[in-house]
Amino acid sequence: MNEVVDGIIQAIDLIVTLNPEVIEITSRSLLISLSATFIASLICIPVGGLIHFKEFGGKKVLITLIQTLYAMPTVIAGLLVYLLISRSGPFGFLGFMFTAEGMIIAQTVLIIPLMIGMTLIALSGVARNLQDTIVSLGASTTQTVFMILKEARFAILGGVILGFGRAISEVGAAMIIGGNIRGFTRVLTTAIALETSMGNLSLSIALGIILLSIALVVTVFVYIIQER
Amino acid sequence: MNMIELSHVSKWFGEKEVLRDISITIEKGEIFTFIGPSGTGKSTLLRLINLLDTPTSGSVLFDGKDTAVSEREKVEIRRRMSMVFQKPVALKGNVYQNVAAGLKFRGMSPEEISNRVPEGLELVGLEGYGERNAGTLSGGELQRVAIARAIVTRPEVILLDEPSANLDPVSTEKIENLIGAINSRFRTTIILSTHDMVQGQRLATQIAVVLNRTIGQIGSSHDIFYRPHNREVAHMVGVENILEGTVISNEGGYATIDVSGVPVVAICPYYAGQRVTAYLRPEDLMFFTPDGWKTSARNQLEGVITKVVPMGPMVRVKVKAGITYTAIITRRSFDDLGLENGGPAHISFKASGIHVVPEEV
Repeated sequence: MNEVVDGIIQAIDLIVTLNPEVIEITSRSLLISLSATFIASLICIPVGGLIHFKEFGGKKVLITLIQTLYAMPTVIAGLLVYLLISRSGPFGFLGFMFTAEGMIIAQTVLIIPLMIGMTLIALSGVARNLQDTIVSLGASTTQTVFMILKEARFAILGGVILGFGRAISEVGAAMIIGGNIRGFTRVLTTAIALETSMGNLSLSIALGIILLSIALVVTVFVYIIQER
Repeated sequence: MNMIELSHVSKWFGEKEVLRDISITIEKGEIFTFIGPSGTGKSTLLRLINLLDTPTSGSVLFDGKDTAVSEREKVEIRRRMSMVFQKPVALKGNVYQNVAAGLKFRGMSPEEISNRVPEGLELVGLEGYGERNAGTLSGGELQRVAIARAIVTRPEVILLDEPSANLDPVSTEKIENLIGAINSRFRTTIILSTHDMVQGQRLATQIAVVLNRTIGQIGSSHDIFYRPHNREVAHMVGVENILEGTVISNEGGYATIDVSGVPVVAICPYYAGQRVTAYLRPEDLMFFTPDGWKTSARNQLEGVITKVVPMGPMVRVKVKAGITYTAIITRRSFDDLGLENGGPAHISFKASGIHVVPEEV
């Protein structure tokens, strides 16, 4: 029990003294997950819009498939990206294995289904008669899509933040693709896993507090946005 | 000059037929009203004209051109029209942004928009509302914002679906005056739908009665209200006395019709033996006292009052005289004549007040 109390005291010390290693790991985590969320947004919002506005065969099947992949295990996303970018994989020449770039790709792949799904939910939340109103007011097809996205922007942003939450908290893909190399690919979650197994509890707890704080900020942000 | 033409238009939603073989022509500068009960397809007609839906068969012509064109061309046609929905919705943002939306879509400059928006808000009596969040407006205010946003684009055609459904009587009158003013000033074609007979009559140059998914009758308000083609139209426009009988004789255009044993005189061209249906508006029935004032009306009947229903300043009175007639008179006359439920009544109506058609087969 003492170990835990000591750990917490040391953890707070590590945070308030802005321990360089803690800062470095936290910044890397944020950078990787924010990049992944940004790239995923660029893909998911237009694709979600396309799926929502276009009628095509197999639309329901596709949506069900996307929903199933919300729960894609992080190690599966890691494995998938590993197969693609490992030395012998089709994109091995890029040399992304064990790099931050590789981790960004893995996290992007991981959160794409969730974010497309959230975009679809946000868009279907925009009432049919609102779309009629926009079209009737003389909007072109492009203007209509843009207006609907604008109407749904808070709900879409909620989905984006949810995607970020999933990216920053995952450990499987980061471990497989990043390899937890100190100073290069070590992020909050992989660091906690390693330090805990090595009995280095204070650092683990410090990183854990930071990770939970980020999750808290994200949750509060989602709440504020959805209240608007 | 035809602004809108519907030619043999039918519309199905899946297995459900909503409109059947409708052909109408709406001329430029007309105020055209679709009257009919709820759920008869009036909204669908307006949506077809606004190109929000496409007919299952038949064609919709705008300004002489077929509207079965690419979406891009449809946008061009739609930009010459505006529609106010029965349940208007607010776009996110304030009132100003809502009214400006149509202008923005048309690529108008911010300066021009800043001139037109306040002008539009003033016309609907919402000056100074620009900064208000559109999401917080009452139903009536939102309705007026929807009208403002429809007129600021200065369309050639304005479509209004039940325009006064959310409005109080004062606002309704204002909006009707506005519609009338826009029509006479800019020769804007106005097409509206309503279930309110009186509104239809006040505004329209032409009325189409929509019944059972198709047009029951089309004509001037006088035609529709006094010369209904058939029983359903008559019901719809408030002709409460539908008399059935046989013509006994016809002298110089004045036919005597046997209505359940009571002779009724009407002006019509039908001869003895013809089975006919006669329509009589309840407002055209008058009461008189047998000893006092003499009436010049050809038909004078004696009967018993069987039902009295107050309607504000008016009273609906049912009188049994052979068949049961329905009359609407002012509360004041009702009291002055000393009428009462169960008491005797003398009613009269003119031979010219009856519209007679051959019996429907």
